Amino acid sequence: MNIHVFVKRVPDTESKIRIDRDAKAVVEEGLSFIISPYDEYAMEEALRLREANGGTIRVFAAGREESLVILKKCLAMGADEAILIRDDAPESYDGLRTARILAAAVKSRYPEFDLLLFGKQSVGADNAQVPSMTAELLGLPQANVVTKLEISGPEGVAYREIEGGTEKVAFSLPAVVSAQKGLNEPRYETLKGIMAAKKKVIPVIPVAELGLSDGELASGIEIAGIDIPAGRQAGRIIGGGPAEAAQELVRLLREEAKVI
Amino acid sequence: MILVFIETRDGVIKKSSLEALSEAKRRGADLGNGIEAVFVGTVPDATAAEVFPFGAVKAHILENPALDTYSSQGFCRALALLVGDLKPAAVFFSATAMGRDLAPRLAAALGVSLASDCTKLAVKDGRLEFTRPVFAGKALLTLSMKAAPALATLRPNIFPLEPAVPFAGAVIRKSADVPDGLVRGKVVDILREPAAEIDVTEAGVVVTGGRGMKGPEAFGLLKELAALLPHAAVGASRSAVDSGWIGHQHQVGQTGKTVSPDLYMAFGVSGAIQHLAGISGSKFVAAVNKDPEAPIFKVADYGIVADLFEVIPHLKEELIKLKG
Repeated sequence: MNIHVFVKRVPDTESKIRIDRDAKAVVEEGLSFIISPYDEYAMEEALRLREANGGTIRVFAAGREESLVILKKCLAMGADEAILIRDDAPESYDGLRTARILAAAVKSRYPEFDLLLFGKQSVGADNAQVPSMTAELLGLPQANVVTKLEISGPEGVAYREIEGGTEKVAFSLPAVVSAQKGLNEPRYETLKGIMAAKKKVIPVIPVAELGLSDGELASGIEIAGIDIPAGRQAGRIIGGGPAEAAQELVRLLREEAKVI
Repeated sequence: MILVFIETRDGVIKKSSLEALSEAKRRGADLGNGIEAVFVGTVPDATAAEVFPFGAVKAHILENPALDTYSSQGFCRALALLVGDLKPAAVFFSATAMGRDLAPRLAAALGVSLASDCTKLAVKDGRLEFTRPVFAGKALLTLSMKAAPALATLRPNIFPLEPAVPFAGAVIRKSADVPDGLVRGKVVDILREPAAEIDVTEAGVVVTGGRGMKGPEAFGLLKELAALLPHAAVGASRSAVDSGWIGHQHQVGQTGKTVSPDLYMAFGVSGAIQHLAGISGSKFVAAVNKDPEAPIFKVADYGIVADLFEVIPHLKEELIKLKG
């Protein structure tokens, strides 16, 4: 079974985000970067599927050279190959642009696959667009926000989170699946894996060589601005013993906030 | 014209679809655009007519036996054909599980971009402007679209419902052309969670437990408390979920769900930056924590510095009095 996994380099979730209003962009200086947490679940699922079915895992990242770090991590976790699609454009927040790049890379260079695995969204852009868009561009079925995946032969069943329940989606391969927390518990890299990853060469495909037109590579989004939201203000501390404070809180929620 | 996708579950229109419709009506008024609604699947006239009081002048129903259960490929195909016919200026979805699954697929089929999970819409220089949280709400991105139609998903619980105004619109049924073999993946079953019918993203009140809950048993207390509050759901911090005290579908924060309830109640939650990012859209925040220095108090409208195990029984008592 051949699996492609798609990963993205994002600011650590513990980061305090600062913005440059004039550049309409997040200030990268001082940020530390990680593999988007949901992508780790996708990577782990690929490893488990390979353990059960054999096959090859290829990991892709689109972005600047710095993305090599997370590709190395995936190799150390056990991926067979990693490929960087070199794209120096700043964050566009446009999922379609990314999906076009990934779909073009898969179609033109790595068309042999059974499953495309993604994280359900990158933390940061928070779009949750690229898996579905890539599925549409490649004509594949999709299952997003998946917490359980079963593959047997050419068929798959995915359980995906919906409001107050779980949807069971049956599909045929090849297909797109995006991972949600709960799908598995990602493993740590082993020392042996890290050493082996160091020896692997990561091919770099410049985005300009994917045969996409300038129009397809342009963002469809015009960014008007990026702002830090006005922070919430600290309110009041309700004093007194537990009984008194509870009584006062209920009164305030009812009479002042009018939310209960 | 602004087209709004209307989602039904068990034959009932989702409230968040009506919220999207209401916002379309407001922004459509700014743009001088009419509003139309679209359903996919088998929908009775009476259900379709429920969209007219909220501003839709037409309700399109795209029918095909292949669309009786949800499939992203089938629904996308049916909507793409309708959008090709009607050429709307914009298409709105609610950012529900279905909307978040379907809208990006439709965007790719139409070759346009998508504004996901918007929390504010405006019209500027005759163009729609979309504001959406990024970095789980640590920043807000405002954008417009270079090409039409402008596609957007609207976060539930943010956009107010328009007052219903009686209106007799037109129900238009169309047979959707879904070729055999196109749909290679579809929903075959829906498993309901027996305990929590309401999702934290849709709840009016979220009652959340953190590390201070000390174990899975205490979440039972929160469930009892939630049962006494209007349209309430139980949430959890990442550390509570990672400790295995409650399922990850309850997790609120940057690697969980972003919520926007009327009231967010945090018990034993310290307030890590990732957690605070996920609750910033809450109208009111109340917090109970033993530690007066806990960061949660910096964002709480009402705080109680005390042991949550001593406070919760009294809160229950007060709420029961209120109900009685």
